[in-house]
This record gives sequence, structure tokens and C-alpha cells, in this order.
Amino acid sequence: MIEPVSTQGEKTDEIVKNVKFKVLRFDRDTIPSPRVDSFDVPVKKGMTVLDALQYIKENLDSTLSWRFSCRMGVCGSCGMFINGFPRLACNTQVLELEADVVDLKPLPNFDTIKDLVPDLAVLFEKHRSVRPFTLRKDIAELDNPSGEFFQTTDELQRYLQFAYCIKCGLCMAACPTVATDRRYLGPQALTQAHRYNMDSRDEGRDERKDEALGTHGVFRCHFAGACSEACPKGVDPAFAIQLMKRDALKASFGLLRKKKAAPLAPKVTSGKRMEGVPDAPKRTV
Amino acid sequence: MRTRESTLWTWHLVAGAVILVLLGIHMFIMHLADFFGTVQGDVLEFSSVMERSLDATFAVMYVVLLAAALYHGLYGLRNIIFELSISERAERVISVLLVLAGVALFLVGAYGTLAVHSAQAGV
Amino acid sequence: MQGSEFKKNRLGLMGWLSGGRYGVERYAYTLHRLTGLAILAYFILHIFVTSARVLGEEAWNTVMGFLNSPAFKVGEFLVYLAFAYHALNGIRLVLTELGFFLGTPCQPVFPYSNSVKRQRPVLVVVMIVAAVVVLLGGVDFLRAFPGE
Ligand code: HEM
Ligand code: SF4
Ligand code: FES
Repeated sequence: MIEPVSTQGEKTDEIVKNVKFKVLRFDRDTIPSPRVDSFDVPVKKGMTVLDALQYIKENLDSTLSWRFSCRMGVCGSCGMFINGFPRLACNTQVLELEADVVDLKPLPNFDTIKDLVPDLAVLFEKHRSVRPFTLRKDIAELDNPSGEFFQTTDELQRYLQFAYCIKCGLCMAACPTVATDRRYLGPQALTQAHRYNMDSRDEGRDERKDEALGTHGVFRCHFAGACSEACPKGVDPAFAIQLMKRDALKASFGLLRKKKAAPLAPKVTSGKRMEGVPDAPKRTV
Repeated sequence: MRTRESTLWTWHLVAGAVILVLLGIHMFIMHLADFFGTVQGDVLEFSSVMERSLDATFAVMYVVLLAAALYHGLYGLRNIIFELSISERAERVISVLLVLAGVALFLVGAYGTLAVHSAQAGV
Repeated sequence: MQGSEFKKNRLGLMGWLSGGRYGVERYAYTLHRLTGLAILAYFILHIFVTSARVLGEEAWNTVMGFLNSPAFKVGEFLVYLAFAYHALNGIRLVLTELGFFLGTPCQPVFPYSNSVKRQRPVLVVVMIVAAVVVLLGGVDFLRAFPGE
């Protein structure tokens, strides 16, 4: 787990130490057999691994490749294997690693496109396969919404945590089953199946079961727990998977309660809108 | 929310719980009863073994344990093999082979436990 | 798409066997798997060995005499160790896989907690019980050696 590092009130532009970055290099065409390149990076307080890579690209080797976008732990692009642990480069400060040598490798359990760039396409395919969206029988209402579906705060809590997933794939890199089983949906997709199964507005549990409870679904998980340790967003995928197993066992004995999709929330008919609050914008779809 | 796999897995878990109780008793008798002084003498003496075989309670317990442990163990093995990225065809073949192995081992074990029983009863 | 073997970058069986820098549960997983396989192998052998009783007292004594060697006794004790671990860790797995001791889902607030950490005390407790079971059994096995 990542512990918070406080740099508040401290001078941050001073170089604290030089750290050697050992970066795995691979390219299908130019570096077909991977090699390790070393770079010395002067590290300042608060500098992230992403910053260090930027420094290397600007000053030492412009051919180095990695993927990033948001640089603030939101987009899920920059997952890599940092000192033997899957982390987000932008969410990991170099000094927090407490090491003079930092090993950078592409995320394991994914194909490598180049250097530190994993091919996350399989992750998105698996994610898609569990139908990660609200499935309901009232198609007409979905196509042409007339209001909001009712949901209590308690109902929200049952899935909110699992909705924080940024599809970074760190959990997949940590999972021992993903290491060998190509067809295993893995912690990311299974957690999303659970996230929608638990949503009070959804009634697609049975439409997801063939994937989620299939031969390469939740039962390939043996609670090694590494996914939850690696997840940078506190999604706790192992938790979602065990909860889904519990529901599966209940269903085996006919004990799983039937789910009725949340109804439309009652229209507000009385009361007055506050002064200065404009009308909702016109629908675009 | 039921699938074939979820049913198989449920039985794996239930079998684990059954084994825990029955194998617990078995282990207690074979390794710890002497220690606690509840059983005297050598539990592996032929007469002692036969005495248990002929006791209906023990015989039933053994056969149930045999079935549960075979199911649990072979499903566990199937789990492990299925995680090796084999083809769906190979998965089906493995499943069939494991069922056949399970049935064969069950027959051997059940015969070993019950044959003495029926022979004695017939006398 | 052609490329070197590296392109795949799968951990493969190393992913099963090496817990890496993750939590103790990932090591527990490896051990559970290995002990499960060991017990299964022993169990299949056990079915045949104990079936020797149908062949009568003489056959039984021959088989038991054969199995009474120190090598077999040590092997048997290893299986006993495997059983103690597998059974006790199995209790933990049954409980956690059914959602016990994992806490309740809640909005993640940094620094995050997780279900794996929350159930860790259960792992400690079952391992202590396993150690007691091993110690009790150990006394019994030591008595099997002549001179004890
Ligand atoms: C003493 C009572 C036992 C309990 C409570 C127990 C419990 C369990 C549980 C809960 C699992 C599933 C773990 C997971 O989700 O991966 C499991 C797996 C397994 N068990 Fe047992 N078990 C017991 C006895 C046995 C016996 C006697 C055998 C051998 C015949 C055995 C062989 C296996 C195997 C091969 C696996 C699969 C391991 C894996 O997938 O990693 N178990 N056991
Ligand atoms: S569950 Fe966590 S580790 Fe896995 S993809 Fe989502 S955010 Fe990343
Ligand atoms: S760059 Fe977006 S998560 Fe790191």
C-alpha cells in the first residue's frame, strides 16, 4: 500500500540524491531481445517516477517510451513494474521507494508494445465482455429517460468503491492466475461485473453470469490478495470477487434474493426552485 | 445466478467442510487418540483396522470421506489444470478423464472398505 | 503480430511459485496449492494401501511392515504437515471466500484499507492452531521411532 508522503512546508527544488534508473528496453523491430539501460537522475523532493522518466527523455535518451496522460492517478495509463511491484508512475514518488536503484519494467502479464508500454487491449476486451453498464428490462425508459432512478445512500455504498477503477491493469499484473491463464477475466473485469450486479438500478445479474461465473470467471480466483494490494485506487478487487463467490454459493442453494431494479424516483411536484437556478440544459441525445 | 461452474465450485467448498470434520476424526484416531488416552493399543494392528471396518458407523464415515475427498481433490486438480491456458477441447477431455479416475478410485476404495464388511455379514 | 518471446511478458508458473513483494496471502496461496496436490497424491496411494485389508491379515502386515521404515514415517509426517496447513488455511479460505472477515464496502479514502489486510488476523489465528496441531502430531510421530 502507498503511504502518504507529506512535502508540505518543505523546500522542494533542492536535489536530494542521485538515483540510478534501470529501465528495461524492448522494441519489436529495433531491440528484439530486451536489454536494460541505466540512467542517473538527480531527484528532488516530490519528484515522481513519471517526472524521472520525463527527465530521462529530455536529457539522456529521447527514444525511451512509456504511456501517460493525466499525470495525477486518474487515467490509468502509466502502470509499470517499479522495483518489483506494479504501480502508477505518476502516483509513486521516487524518494518514497527508499532506494538508490530503481528498476523499471513493463507491467507483467500483458504483451509489451515497446519499452514500458504494455498492451492493455486484452484488459479492455475482458472488461467489455462482462457488460459493464446498467442492464434493465425497461428499454423504453433507458432509451428515452423521463426521470432518475431511485437509489439510497446505502445502496450506493454497496458498489461505489468498485466504481473507482481506472483500468490501469496493476491488479492483472499482480494476479497469479492471470500469469498463466489467458482466458481468466481477471480482477479488473470481475470487479466491474460485481459493481454492476450490486447497482440497485441494474437487473443484468443473470446476463453476466456466463462470463463472471463461467469456467474462467470468479472461481479461478484463490484469494491470493495481490490485486488488492496493488490497486492504486482502493478498489479492492479481491473483495468484489469474494463477494461475488458468496452470492454464487447462495444462488446454488436458492438463497440469493431476487433483485428488482430500482424504480423511477417520484417526480417533484411541489415546492419552488431557488432563486437564480437556471433550467436544465436541452437534451443532446 | 447459477452456472455449471458455480455448482461444481459450491460442492468443492461443501466437500472441504465435510472432509474437515471426517478427516479431523480420522486424524485424531490415527495420530492423537493414543496421545489423549482415548484409544489404547496400536491403531494399525490388523484386528484394530478390522474392528473399525466392521463397525457400520466407521464404514459409512469412510465411504463418505472417500467420496468427498476424491471430489474435492480432483476438482482442485482440475482447477489447477484449467489455469494453464489449455484449449476448450483439452478442458473437456481433462474433465472426462478426472470423472473416470474419480469413479474408479471410489470403487477401489469403497470395495476396500466394504468388502470385509459384507464378507463378515455373510458368514 | 510477430515478435520475440519477451513480447508476451507473462510471469507463467513463476507467478504461481513466487509471492514477490505482495502480501503473505500470496505465499499462503502457493502453499495451499502445493499441499493440496501433495495430499491428493498421498490420498490416492492411501486408498490402495488401506485396501490391502481385503487380502487378509498377512497381506496387511506385509504392507504395514514395509511402510514402517523411517523414510516412510518421515514422508507420512510431511503429509501430516501438509494436511495441518491445508485444513486450517482451508477454513480461512472458506470463510473469506464467503465474505466473512472482509469488512463492508465503503468509499475508499486515502490511505486505503483493503479486505486482504482486514482478514489478516484470521490467517494468524489459523496458523497458530495449525502449529498446535503439528506439535501434537509430532509427538505421536516421534514415538513411531524405535528407541523413543
Ligand atoms: C481438511 C479439510 C480441507 C479443507 C477445509 C480444504 C479446503 C480447501 C479449499 C477452501 C480449497 C479451495 C481454495 C481455493 O479457493 O483455491 C481447497 C483446494 C484444494 N484442496 Fe482442499 N481442503 C481440505 C482437504 C483436502 C484434501 C484431503 C485434499 C486431497 C485429496 C485436498 C486437495 C485440494 C486441492 C488439490 C485443491 C486445489 C488447490 C488449488 O486450486 O490451488 N484438500 N481446499
Ligand atoms: S481494480 Fe484497481 S488495479 Fe485493477 S484496473 Fe482497476 S484501478 Fe487498476
Ligand atoms: S498518468 Fe494518468 S494515471 Fe498516471
